[in-house]
Amino acid sequence: MKILVPIKRVVDYNVKVRVKSDGSGIETSGVKMSMNPFDEIAVEEAVRLKEKGVATEIVAVSLGVAQCAETIRTALAMGADRGILVETTDELQPLAVAKLLKAIADQEQPRLIILGKQAIDDDMSATGQMLAALLGWSQGTFASKLAIEGEALTVTREVDGGLETVVLQLPSIVTTDLRLNEPRYASLPNIMKARKKPIANMKPGDLGVDTTPRLTVLKVAEPPKRKAGQKVGSVAELVNKLKTEAKVI
Amino acid sequence: MTSLVLLEFDPSGIKQPSRSAVAAAQALGEVHVLVAGTRLDNAAAAAAKLPGVAKVLVADATGLDHLLAEPMAAFLVAVAPAYSHLLAATTAVGKNIMPRVAALLDLQPISDIAEVVDADTFVRPIYAGNGMATVKSSDSKKIITVRAASFDPVAAEGGSAAIEAVAVADLPGLSKFVTAELSKSERPELTAARVVISGGRGMQSGDNFKLIEPIADKLGAAVGASRAAVDAGFVPNEFQVGQTGKIVAPELYIAVGISGAIQHLAGMKDSKVIVAINKDEEAPIFQVADYGLVADLFTALPELAAELERS
Repeated sequence: MKILVPIKRVVDYNVKVRVKSDGSGIETSGVKMSMNPFDEIAVEEAVRLKEKGVATEIVAVSLGVAQCAETIRTALAMGADRGILVETTDELQPLAVAKLLKAIADQEQPRLIILGKQAIDDDMSATGQMLAALLGWSQGTFASKLAIEGEALTVTREVDGGLETVVLQLPSIVTTDLRLNEPRYASLPNIMKARKKPIANMKPGDLGVDTTPRLTVLKVAEPPKRKAGQKVGSVAELVNKLKTEAKVI
Repeated sequence: MTSLVLLEFDPSGIKQPSRSAVAAAQALGEVHVLVAGTRLDNAAAAAAKLPGVAKVLVADATGLDHLLAEPMAAFLVAVAPAYSHLLAATTAVGKNIMPRVAALLDLQPISDIAEVVDADTFVRPIYAGNGMATVKSSDSKKIITVRAASFDPVAAEGGSAAIEAVAVADLPGLSKFVTAELSKSERPELTAARVVISGGRGMQSGDNFKLIEPIADKLGAAVGASRAAVDAGFVPNEFQVGQTGKIVAPELYIAVGISGAIQHLAGMKDSKVIVAINKDEEAPIFQVADYGLVADLFTALPELAAELERS
Protein backbone atom coordinates (compact mmCIF):
# COMPACT_ATOMS: atom_id res chain seq x y z
CA MET A 1 0.00 0.00 0.00
CA LYS A 2 1.24 3.44 -0.92
CA ILE A 3 0.89 6.14 1.76
CA LEU A 4 0.88 9.86 1.08
CA VAL A 5 1.98 12.13 3.92
CA PRO A 6 1.32 15.85 3.47
CA ILE A 7 3.58 17.96 5.67
CA LYS A 8 3.62 21.68 6.45
CA ARG A 9 6.51 23.99 7.20
CA VAL A 10 5.55 26.20 10.14
CA VAL A 11 7.14 28.48 12.72
CA ASP A 12 8.86 26.19 15.21
CA TYR A 13 6.63 25.43 18.19
CA ASN A 14 9.24 26.78 20.63
CA VAL A 15 9.29 30.23 19.04
CA LYS A 16 7.45 32.97 20.90
CA VAL A 17 5.69 34.58 17.94
CA ARG A 18 5.07 38.31 17.68
CA VAL A 19 2.34 40.22 15.92
CA LYS A 20 3.79 42.66 13.35
CA SER A 21 3.52 46.24 14.49
CA ASP A 22 1.46 47.21 11.41
CA GLY A 23 -1.11 44.50 12.29
CA SER A 24 -0.67 42.74 8.95
CA GLY A 25 0.22 39.37 10.39
CA ILE A 26 2.76 37.42 12.44
CA GLU A 27 6.48 38.18 12.20
CA THR A 28 8.01 35.18 10.41
CA SER A 29 11.21 36.62 8.94
CA GLY A 30 14.35 35.32 10.61
CA VAL A 31 12.30 32.92 12.71
CA LYS A 32 13.16 29.22 13.05
CA MET A 33 10.91 27.04 10.91
CA SER A 34 10.20 23.32 11.42
CA MET A 35 7.85 20.59 10.38
CA ASN A 36 4.41 20.96 11.97
CA PRO A 37 4.61 18.65 15.05
CA PHE A 38 1.44 16.73 14.17
CA ASP A 39 2.84 16.09 10.68
CA GLU A 40 5.95 14.57 12.26
CA ILE A 41 3.62 12.14 14.00
CA ALA A 42 2.05 11.41 10.58
CA VAL A 43 5.44 10.66 9.01
CA GLU A 44 6.36 8.45 11.96
CA GLU A 45 3.13 6.46 11.67
CA ALA A 46 3.68 5.91 7.95
CA VAL A 47 7.25 4.74 8.57
CA ARG A 48 6.04 2.33 11.27
CA LEU A 49 3.46 0.92 8.84
CA LYS A 50 6.25 0.38 6.33
CA GLU A 51 8.40 -1.32 8.95
CA LYS A 52 5.47 -3.65 9.68
CA GLY A 53 5.23 -4.50 5.99
CA VAL A 54 1.81 -2.84 5.60
CA ALA A 55 3.05 0.13 3.55
CA THR A 56 5.21 -0.31 0.47
CA GLU A 57 6.03 3.29 -0.34
CA ILE A 58 5.79 6.62 1.51
CA VAL A 59 5.52 9.86 -0.44
CA ALA A 60 5.95 13.11 1.52
CA VAL A 61 4.30 16.19 -0.01
CA SER A 62 4.74 19.80 0.97
CA LEU A 63 3.17 22.91 -0.52
CA GLY A 64 4.68 26.36 -0.28
CA VAL A 65 7.97 28.21 -0.65
CA ALA A 66 11.19 26.60 -1.97
CA GLN A 67 12.44 26.01 1.61
CA CYS A 68 9.65 23.45 2.10
CA ALA A 69 12.12 21.11 0.38
CA GLU A 70 14.05 21.13 3.70
CA THR A 71 10.91 19.97 5.50
CA ILE A 72 10.50 17.19 2.93
CA ARG A 73 14.16 16.28 3.47
CA THR A 74 13.41 15.83 7.19
CA ALA A 75 10.59 13.41 6.32
CA LEU A 76 12.90 11.53 3.95
CA ALA A 77 15.48 11.24 6.74
CA MET A 78 12.78 9.80 9.02
CA GLY A 79 12.04 7.11 6.42
CA ALA A 80 9.81 8.47 3.64
CA ASP A 81 10.90 7.23 0.19
CA ARG A 82 10.46 10.28 -2.00
CA GLY A 83 9.08 13.78 -1.94
CA ILE A 84 6.89 16.12 -3.96
CA LEU A 85 7.18 19.89 -3.58
CA VAL A 86 4.41 22.07 -4.97
CA GLU A 87 6.24 25.34 -5.03
CA THR A 88 4.51 28.69 -4.68
CA THR A 89 4.97 31.91 -2.76
CA ASP A 90 1.20 32.53 -2.81
CA GLU A 91 -0.81 32.16 0.37
CA LEU A 92 -2.50 28.75 0.46
CA GLN A 93 -5.64 28.31 2.57
CA PRO A 94 -6.95 24.84 3.53
CA LEU A 95 -9.45 24.64 0.63
CA ALA A 96 -6.65 25.29 -1.89
CA VAL A 97 -4.32 22.89 -0.05
CA ALA A 98 -7.00 20.18 -0.12
CA LYS A 99 -7.54 20.72 -3.87
CA LEU A 100 -3.80 20.52 -4.60
CA LEU A 101 -3.46 17.38 -2.48
CA LYS A 102 -6.46 15.84 -4.25
CA ALA A 103 -4.77 16.44 -7.60
CA ILE A 104 -1.62 14.75 -6.30
CA ALA A 105 -3.64 11.86 -4.83
CA ASP A 106 -5.32 11.41 -8.23
CA GLN A 107 -1.86 11.02 -9.79
CA GLU A 108 -0.26 8.93 -7.05
CA GLN A 109 -3.25 6.73 -6.13
CA PRO A 110 -2.34 6.12 -2.46
CA ARG A 111 -4.64 3.92 -0.32
CA LEU A 112 -4.02 5.95 2.79
CA ILE A 113 -3.18 9.59 3.47
CA ILE A 114 -1.92 10.49 6.95
CA LEU A 115 -1.57 14.10 8.03
CA GLY A 116 -1.55 16.23 11.17
CA LYS A 117 -4.85 17.10 12.87
CA GLN A 118 -3.97 20.78 12.79
CA ALA A 119 -1.14 23.08 11.83
CA ILE A 120 0.13 25.11 14.74
CA ASP A 121 0.25 28.33 12.71
CA ASP A 122 -3.30 28.91 11.45
CA ASP A 123 -4.85 26.38 13.89
CA MET A 124 -7.61 25.63 11.34
CA SER A 125 -7.82 21.84 11.80
CA ALA A 126 -9.50 21.49 8.40
CA THR A 127 -7.25 20.17 5.63
CA GLY A 128 -7.59 16.43 6.30
CA GLN A 129 -11.37 16.51 6.53
CA MET A 130 -11.56 18.65 3.37
CA LEU A 131 -9.27 16.34 1.43
CA ALA A 132 -11.41 13.36 2.49
CA ALA A 133 -14.49 15.18 1.21
CA LEU A 134 -12.94 16.05 -2.17
CA LEU A 135 -11.74 12.46 -2.67
CA GLY A 136 -15.01 10.98 -1.39
CA TRP A 137 -12.99 8.92 1.11
CA SER A 138 -13.65 7.94 4.71
CA GLN A 139 -11.92 9.92 7.46
CA GLY A 140 -10.48 9.05 10.86
CA THR A 141 -9.60 12.32 12.54
CA PHE A 142 -7.66 12.90 15.79
CA ALA A 143 -6.33 9.34 15.70
CA SER A 144 -4.52 7.82 18.68
CA LYS A 145 -4.35 4.26 17.24
CA LEU A 146 -4.55 2.62 13.82
CA ALA A 147 -4.96 -0.97 12.73
CA ILE A 148 -5.27 -2.17 9.13
CA GLU A 149 -6.82 -5.49 8.21
CA GLY A 150 -7.58 -6.09 4.55
CA GLU A 151 -9.80 -3.28 3.30
CA ALA A 152 -10.77 -2.19 6.81
CA LEU A 153 -8.97 0.46 8.79
CA THR A 154 -9.77 0.63 12.50
CA VAL A 155 -9.10 4.05 14.00
CA THR A 156 -9.29 4.98 17.67
CA ARG A 157 -10.13 8.68 17.87
CA GLU A 158 -9.55 11.21 20.67
CA VAL A 159 -12.98 12.75 21.28
CA ASP A 160 -14.12 15.23 23.94
CA GLY A 161 -15.21 12.69 26.54
CA GLY A 162 -12.65 9.97 25.87
CA LEU A 163 -12.04 7.61 22.95
CA GLU A 164 -14.18 6.52 20.01
CA THR A 165 -13.38 3.62 17.71
CA VAL A 166 -14.56 3.58 14.09
CA VAL A 167 -13.99 1.18 11.22
CA LEU A 168 -13.31 2.85 7.89
CA GLN A 169 -13.44 1.49 4.42
CA LEU A 170 -10.14 2.12 2.59
CA PRO A 171 -8.98 4.34 0.96
CA SER A 172 -8.97 6.72 3.93
CA ILE A 173 -7.66 9.90 5.42
CA VAL A 174 -6.23 9.78 8.93
CA THR A 175 -5.35 12.88 10.94
CA THR A 176 -2.98 12.40 13.84
CA ASP A 177 -3.41 13.27 17.49
CA LEU A 178 -0.47 13.53 19.82
CA ARG A 179 -0.69 10.11 21.45
CA LEU A 180 -0.55 8.17 18.18
CA ASN A 181 3.22 7.77 18.51
CA GLU A 182 6.43 9.51 19.47
CA PRO A 183 8.30 10.60 16.33
CA ARG A 184 11.89 9.38 15.96
CA TYR A 185 14.92 11.57 15.50
CA ALA A 186 16.58 10.97 12.15
CA SER A 187 19.97 9.30 12.53
CA LEU A 188 23.01 10.78 10.81
CA PRO A 189 23.31 7.91 8.29
CA ASN A 190 19.63 8.35 7.43
CA ILE A 191 20.08 12.10 7.02
CA MET A 192 22.91 11.36 4.57
CA LYS A 193 20.80 8.79 2.74
CA ALA A 194 17.90 11.24 2.51
CA ARG A 195 20.05 13.59 0.44
CA LYS A 196 19.97 11.08 -2.39
CA LYS A 197 16.22 10.49 -2.30
CA PRO A 198 14.29 12.25 -5.11
CA ILE A 199 12.05 15.30 -4.66
CA ALA A 200 9.82 16.16 -7.63
CA ASN A 201 9.08 19.83 -8.12
CA MET A 202 5.85 21.25 -9.54
CA LYS A 203 3.70 24.37 -9.48
CA PRO A 204 0.02 24.75 -8.52
CA GLY A 205 -0.68 25.60 -12.19
CA ASP A 206 0.69 22.20 -13.25
CA LEU A 207 -2.08 20.63 -11.18
CA GLY A 208 -4.77 22.89 -12.64
CA VAL A 209 -5.86 24.23 -9.27
CA ASP A 210 -7.10 27.76 -8.58
CA THR A 211 -5.59 28.70 -5.22
CA THR A 212 -7.21 32.12 -4.77
CA PRO A 213 -7.77 32.67 -1.01
CA ARG A 214 -11.39 32.91 0.11
CA LEU A 215 -10.53 34.56 3.41
CA THR A 216 -8.90 37.97 3.53
CA VAL A 217 -7.03 38.80 6.70
CA LEU A 218 -8.08 42.38 7.54
CA LYS A 219 -5.80 42.61 10.54
CA VAL A 220 -4.00 40.61 13.19
CA ALA A 221 -4.04 42.04 16.69
CA GLU A 222 -2.29 41.10 19.91
CA PRO A 223 -4.62 39.22 22.21
CA PRO A 224 -5.71 41.16 25.30
CA LYS A 225 -2.86 40.95 27.79
CA ARG A 226 -3.39 39.63 31.27
CA LYS A 227 -1.49 41.51 33.86
CA ALA A 228 0.41 39.52 36.43
CA GLY A 229 -1.34 39.58 39.75
CA GLN A 230 -0.03 39.18 43.24
CA LYS A 231 1.97 36.54 45.04
CA VAL A 232 0.39 35.12 48.16
CA GLY A 233 2.44 33.82 51.05
CA SER A 234 0.40 30.82 52.16
CA VAL A 235 -2.47 28.52 51.29
CA ALA A 236 -4.61 30.18 53.96
CA GLU A 237 -4.02 33.60 52.42
CA LEU A 238 -4.86 32.21 48.98
CA VAL A 239 -8.19 30.77 50.12
CA ASN A 240 -9.00 33.98 51.96
CA LYS A 241 -8.32 36.13 48.87
CA LEU A 242 -10.34 33.83 46.61
CA LYS A 243 -13.24 34.22 49.01
CA THR A 244 -13.18 37.85 49.95
CA GLU A 245 -11.36 39.57 47.08
CA ALA A 246 -12.00 37.52 43.93
CA LYS A 247 -15.24 36.08 45.31
CA VAL A 248 -15.00 32.94 43.20
CA ILE A 249 -15.28 30.30 45.93
CA MET B 1 -30.50 35.52 6.52
CA THR B 2 -30.92 32.32 8.51
CA SER B 3 -28.28 30.21 10.24
CA LEU B 4 -28.38 26.52 11.08
CA VAL B 5 -26.56 25.29 14.19
CA LEU B 6 -25.67 21.61 14.61
CA LEU B 7 -26.39 20.68 18.23
CA GLU B 8 -24.73 18.06 20.40
CA PHE B 9 -26.75 16.62 23.25
CA ASP B 10 -26.69 14.02 25.99
CA PRO B 11 -29.44 12.70 28.25
CA SER B 12 -29.25 15.86 30.37
CA GLY B 13 -29.95 18.18 27.43
CA ILE B 14 -28.18 20.34 24.86
CA LYS B 15 -24.45 20.57 25.58
CA GLN B 16 -23.07 23.89 26.69
CA PRO B 17 -20.62 24.38 23.76
CA SER B 18 -23.57 23.98 21.37
CA ARG B 19 -25.51 26.59 23.32
CA SER B 20 -22.54 28.93 22.87
CA ALA B 21 -22.67 28.24 19.13
CA VAL B 22 -26.36 29.23 19.19
CA ALA B 23 -25.37 32.49 20.92
CA ALA B 24 -22.86 33.20 18.13
CA ALA B 25 -25.47 32.44 15.47
CA GLN B 26 -27.91 34.88 17.05
CA ALA B 27 -25.51 37.69 16.14
CA LEU B 28 -26.15 36.79 12.49
CA GLY B 29 -29.97 36.75 12.32
CA GLU B 30 -32.63 34.05 12.55
CA VAL B 31 -31.48 30.77 14.05
CA HIS B 32 -32.55 27.22 13.27
CA VAL B 33 -30.98 24.27 15.05
CA LEU B 34 -30.50 20.63 14.10
CA VAL B 35 -30.56 17.43 16.13
CA ALA B 36 -29.59 14.23 14.33
CA GLY B 37 -29.47 10.54 15.13
CA THR B 38 -32.22 8.33 16.53
CA ARG B 39 -34.54 8.53 19.57
CA LEU B 40 -34.48 12.28 19.36
CA ASP B 41 -37.67 13.20 21.27
CA ASN B 42 -35.89 14.47 24.37
CA ALA B 43 -33.16 16.25 22.41
CA ALA B 44 -35.72 17.94 20.13
CA ALA B 45 -37.77 19.07 23.13
CA ALA B 46 -34.65 20.46 24.82
CA ALA B 47 -33.60 22.22 21.61
CA ALA B 48 -37.05 23.80 21.24
CA LYS B 49 -36.63 25.39 24.69
CA LEU B 50 -33.44 27.26 23.75
CA PRO B 51 -34.28 30.98 23.78
CA GLY B 52 -34.12 32.76 20.42
CA VAL B 53 -34.37 29.66 18.27
CA ALA B 54 -37.04 29.81 15.53
CA LYS B 55 -37.07 26.20 14.39
CA VAL B 56 -35.69 22.79 15.35
CA LEU B 57 -34.88 20.39 12.51
CA VAL B 58 -35.05 16.75 13.51
CA ALA B 59 -33.12 14.34 11.32
CA ASP B 60 -34.07 10.87 12.48
CA ALA B 61 -31.95 8.23 10.74
CA THR B 62 -29.82 5.37 12.05
CA GLY B 63 -27.15 6.43 9.54
CA LEU B 64 -26.73 9.68 11.50
CA ASP B 65 -26.23 7.97 14.86
CA HIS B 66 -22.95 8.94 16.55
CA LEU B 67 -22.73 11.95 14.19
CA LEU B 68 -20.10 10.31 11.97
CA ALA B 69 -18.54 12.82 9.59
CA GLU B 70 -19.24 11.14 6.26
CA PRO B 71 -23.06 10.79 6.59
CA MET B 72 -23.46 14.02 8.61
CA ALA B 73 -21.62 16.05 5.99
CA ALA B 74 -23.71 14.53 3.18
CA PHE B 75 -26.88 15.38 5.10
CA LEU B 76 -25.80 18.95 5.93
CA VAL B 77 -24.97 19.57 2.26
CA ALA B 78 -28.55 18.56 1.42
CA VAL B 79 -30.10 21.10 3.85
CA ALA B 80 -27.49 23.84 3.26
CA PRO B 81 -29.27 25.69 0.41
CA ALA B 82 -31.78 27.21 2.86
CA TYR B 83 -29.06 28.76 5.04
CA SER B 84 -26.52 31.57 4.86
CA HIS B 85 -24.39 30.20 7.71
CA LEU B 86 -23.87 26.68 9.07
CA LEU B 87 -22.35 26.54 12.55
CA ALA B 88 -21.21 24.04 15.15
CA ALA B 89 -19.15 24.34 18.32
CA THR B 90 -15.39 23.77 18.05
CA THR B 91 -15.62 20.30 19.59
CA ALA B 92 -14.36 16.92 18.36
CA VAL B 93 -17.73 16.55 16.59
CA GLY B 94 -17.82 20.04 15.05
CA LYS B 95 -14.19 19.92 13.93
CA ASN B 96 -14.72 16.50 12.35
CA ILE B 97 -17.83 17.38 10.36
CA MET B 98 -17.79 21.06 9.36
CA PRO B 99 -14.62 21.19 7.19
CA ARG B 100 -15.96 18.17 5.29
CA VAL B 101 -19.21 20.05 4.64
CA ALA B 102 -17.28 23.10 3.48
CA ALA B 103 -15.15 21.18 0.98
CA LEU B 104 -18.22 19.43 -0.47
CA LEU B 105 -19.71 22.90 -1.09
CA ASP B 106 -16.42 24.40 -2.39
CA LEU B 107 -16.20 26.75 0.60
CA GLN B 108 -13.34 27.69 2.92
CA PRO B 109 -14.42 26.96 6.51
CA ILE B 110 -13.87 29.55 9.21
CA SER B 111 -12.62 27.63 12.23
CA ASP B 112 -12.96 28.50 15.88
CA ILE B 113 -14.40 32.02 15.73
CA ALA B 114 -14.13 34.10 18.90
CA GLU B 115 -16.19 37.07 17.68
CA VAL B 116 -18.77 37.90 15.02
CA VAL B 117 -18.00 41.28 13.41
CA ASP B 118 -20.62 41.07 10.65
CA ALA B 119 -22.15 38.42 8.38
CA ASP B 120 -18.85 37.98 6.47
CA THR B 121 -16.27 39.00 9.05
CA PHE B 122 -15.06 37.12 12.09
CA VAL B 123 -12.23 37.18 14.62
CA ARG B 124 -10.36 33.94 15.20
CA PRO B 125 -7.21 33.02 17.12
CA ILE B 126 -4.06 31.96 15.26
CA TYR B 127 -0.68 30.75 16.55
CA ALA B 128 -2.12 29.36 19.78
CA GLY B 129 -3.99 32.59 20.42
CA ASN B 130 -0.86 34.73 20.15
CA GLY B 131 -2.62 36.62 17.38
CA MET B 132 -6.28 37.44 16.89
CA ALA B 133 -6.97 37.56 13.14
CA THR B 134 -9.94 39.45 11.73
CA VAL B 135 -10.89 37.58 8.56
CA LYS B 136 -13.46 38.42 5.89
CA SER B 137 -14.89 35.62 3.79
CA SER B 138 -15.75 36.09 0.11
CA ASP B 139 -17.70 32.81 0.02
CA SER B 140 -21.45 32.82 -0.67
CA LYS B 141 -22.12 30.70 2.40
CA LYS B 142 -20.13 30.43 5.63
CA ILE B 143 -19.19 27.21 7.39
CA ILE B 144 -18.16 28.04 10.92
CA THR B 145 -17.00 26.43 14.14
CA VAL B 146 -17.44 28.48 17.29
CA ARG B 147 -14.99 28.79 20.18
CA ALA B 148 -17.42 28.09 23.03
CA ALA B 149 -15.29 29.86 25.65
CA SER B 150 -15.74 33.15 23.77
CA PHE B 151 -19.57 33.23 23.73
CA ASP B 152 -21.84 33.09 26.76
CA PRO B 153 -24.14 30.12 26.14
CA VAL B 154 -27.85 30.77 25.67
CA ALA B 155 -29.96 29.52 28.56
CA ALA B 156 -31.26 25.95 28.47
CA GLU B 157 -34.85 27.11 28.99
CA GLY B 158 -37.13 29.92 27.92
CA GLY B 159 -37.87 29.38 24.22
CA SER B 160 -40.59 27.54 22.35
CA ALA B 161 -39.43 26.80 18.84
CA ALA B 162 -41.34 24.83 16.23
CA ILE B 163 -40.13 21.26 15.70
CA GLU B 164 -39.95 19.95 12.15
CA ALA B 165 -38.91 16.51 10.95
CA VAL B 166 -36.68 16.54 7.88
CA ALA B 167 -36.27 13.74 5.38
CA VAL B 168 -32.86 12.09 5.23
CA ALA B 169 -31.79 10.77 1.83
CA ASP B 170 -29.30 7.97 1.21
CA LEU B 171 -26.12 8.37 3.22
CA PRO B 172 -22.60 7.19 2.40
CA GLY B 173 -21.61 4.04 4.33
CA LEU B 174 -17.86 4.65 4.35
CA SER B 175 -17.48 4.41 8.11
CA LYS B 176 -18.93 2.47 10.98
CA PHE B 177 -19.08 3.27 14.67
CA VAL B 178 -17.66 0.50 16.86
CA THR B 179 -17.33 1.69 20.45
CA ALA B 180 -16.95 4.72 22.63
CA GLU B 181 -14.94 4.55 25.83
CA LEU B 182 -15.96 7.69 27.61
CA SER B 183 -14.41 8.41 30.95
CA LYS B 184 -16.99 8.03 33.66
CA SER B 185 -16.83 10.98 35.93
CA GLU B 186 -19.15 12.65 38.35
CA ARG B 187 -17.34 15.89 37.66
CA PRO B 188 -18.53 18.59 35.26
CA GLU B 189 -17.17 18.63 31.71
CA LEU B 190 -14.00 20.66 31.29
CA THR B 191 -15.50 23.07 28.78
CA ALA B 192 -18.60 23.69 30.91
CA ALA B 193 -17.15 23.79 34.43
CA ARG B 194 -17.27 26.90 36.63
CA VAL B 195 -13.97 25.88 38.22
CA VAL B 196 -11.11 23.95 36.61
CA ILE B 197 -8.07 22.60 38.43
CA SER B 198 -5.26 21.31 36.20
CA GLY B 199 -2.03 19.48 36.89
CA GLY B 200 1.19 19.60 34.91
CA ARG B 201 4.50 17.85 34.66
CA GLY B 202 5.18 18.87 38.27
CA MET B 203 2.60 16.31 39.41
CA GLN B 204 5.28 13.68 38.63
CA SER B 205 2.82 10.79 38.18
CA GLY B 206 -0.77 9.94 37.38
CA ASP B 207 -1.17 8.66 40.93
CA ASN B 208 -0.42 12.09 42.33
CA PHE B 209 -3.50 13.50 40.55
CA LYS B 210 -5.32 11.97 43.55
CA LEU B 211 -4.06 15.00 45.48
CA ILE B 212 -6.19 17.19 43.21
CA GLU B 213 -9.39 15.18 43.64
CA PRO B 214 -10.51 16.32 47.12
CA ILE B 215 -10.06 19.93 46.02
CA ALA B 216 -12.03 19.34 42.82
CA ASP B 217 -14.75 17.63 44.87
CA LYS B 218 -14.95 20.54 47.28
CA LEU B 219 -15.08 23.18 44.52
CA GLY B 220 -17.25 21.22 42.08
CA ALA B 221 -14.38 21.55 39.64
CA ALA B 222 -13.43 19.73 36.46
CA VAL B 223 -9.91 18.28 36.38
CA GLY B 224 -7.59 19.19 33.52
CA ALA B 225 -3.94 18.78 32.60
CA SER B 226 -1.19 20.33 30.55
CA ARG B 227 0.07 18.65 27.39
CA ALA B 228 3.26 17.76 29.26
CA ALA B 229 1.23 15.74 31.78
CA VAL B 230 -0.65 14.00 28.96
CA ASP B 231 2.56 13.32 27.01
CA ALA B 232 4.11 11.83 30.16
CA GLY B 233 1.12 9.47 30.39
CA PHE B 234 -0.13 10.79 33.76
CA VAL B 235 -3.71 11.28 32.49
CA PRO B 236 -5.69 10.63 29.28
CA ASN B 237 -5.74 13.12 26.42
CA GLU B 238 -9.31 14.26 27.10
CA PHE B 239 -7.90 16.10 30.15
CA GLN B 240 -5.68 18.25 27.97
CA VAL B 241 -6.15 22.02 28.15
CA GLY B 242 -4.31 24.04 25.52
CA GLN B 243 -3.79 24.82 21.86
CA THR B 244 -4.17 21.21 20.81
CA GLY B 245 -6.58 20.20 23.55
CA LYS B 246 -9.58 21.93 25.06
CA ILE B 247 -10.12 25.65 25.38
CA VAL B 248 -11.62 26.62 28.72
CA ALA B 249 -12.66 29.91 30.28
CA PRO B 250 -14.00 29.11 33.76
CA GLU B 251 -14.54 31.61 36.57
CA LEU B 252 -11.63 30.06 38.43
CA TYR B 253 -8.68 28.19 36.93
CA ILE B 254 -6.11 26.63 39.25
CA ALA B 255 -2.84 25.57 37.60
CA VAL B 256 -0.78 23.19 39.70
CA GLY B 257 2.77 22.25 38.76
CA ILE B 258 2.28 23.81 35.32
CA SER B 259 5.12 25.97 34.02
CA GLY B 260 2.91 27.91 31.59
CA ALA B 261 4.09 27.10 28.06
CA ILE B 262 2.36 29.29 25.45
CA GLN B 263 0.53 26.20 24.17
CA HIS B 264 -1.08 25.74 27.59
CA LEU B 265 -1.82 29.44 28.12
CA ALA B 266 -3.67 29.35 24.78
CA GLY B 267 -6.23 27.06 26.36
CA MET B 268 -6.94 28.88 29.61
CA LYS B 269 -5.87 32.52 29.56
CA ASP B 270 -9.44 33.77 29.12
CA SER B 271 -10.36 32.37 32.55
CA LYS B 272 -11.76 35.01 34.89
CA VAL B 273 -9.44 34.31 37.83
CA ILE B 274 -6.23 32.31 37.50
CA VAL B 275 -4.36 30.76 40.42
CA ALA B 276 -0.90 29.26 39.95
CA ILE B 277 0.84 26.95 42.39
CA ASN B 278 4.42 26.20 41.40
CA LYS B 279 7.68 25.84 43.27
CA ASP B 280 9.61 27.63 40.51
CA GLU B 281 9.29 31.34 41.18
CA GLU B 282 10.35 32.11 37.60
CA ALA B 283 7.67 29.92 35.95
CA PRO B 284 5.91 31.88 33.18
CA ILE B 285 2.51 30.83 34.54
CA PHE B 286 2.95 33.52 37.23
CA GLN B 287 2.90 36.19 34.51
CA VAL B 288 -0.77 35.46 33.81
CA ALA B 289 -1.88 34.41 37.30
CA ASP B 290 -4.02 36.69 39.45
CA TYR B 291 -2.83 34.84 42.52
CA GLY B 292 0.49 33.04 42.61
CA LEU B 293 1.68 30.74 45.35
CA VAL B 294 5.33 29.72 45.23
CA ALA B 295 5.24 26.39 47.00
CA ASP B 296 5.87 22.69 46.66
CA LEU B 297 2.59 21.29 45.39
CA PHE B 298 3.00 18.14 47.48
CA THR B 299 2.58 20.21 50.64
CA ALA B 300 0.34 22.92 49.17
CA LEU B 301 -2.34 20.60 47.76
CA PRO B 302 -3.10 18.74 51.03
CA GLU B 303 -3.08 22.11 52.82
CA LEU B 304 -5.50 23.55 50.27
CA ALA B 305 -7.80 20.54 50.62
CA ALA B 306 -7.74 20.92 54.42
CA GLU B 307 -8.28 24.69 54.27
CA LEU B 308 -11.30 24.28 51.96
CA GLU B 309 -12.64 21.55 54.20
CA ARG B 310 -12.35 23.84 57.22
CA SER B 311 -14.14 26.78 55.61
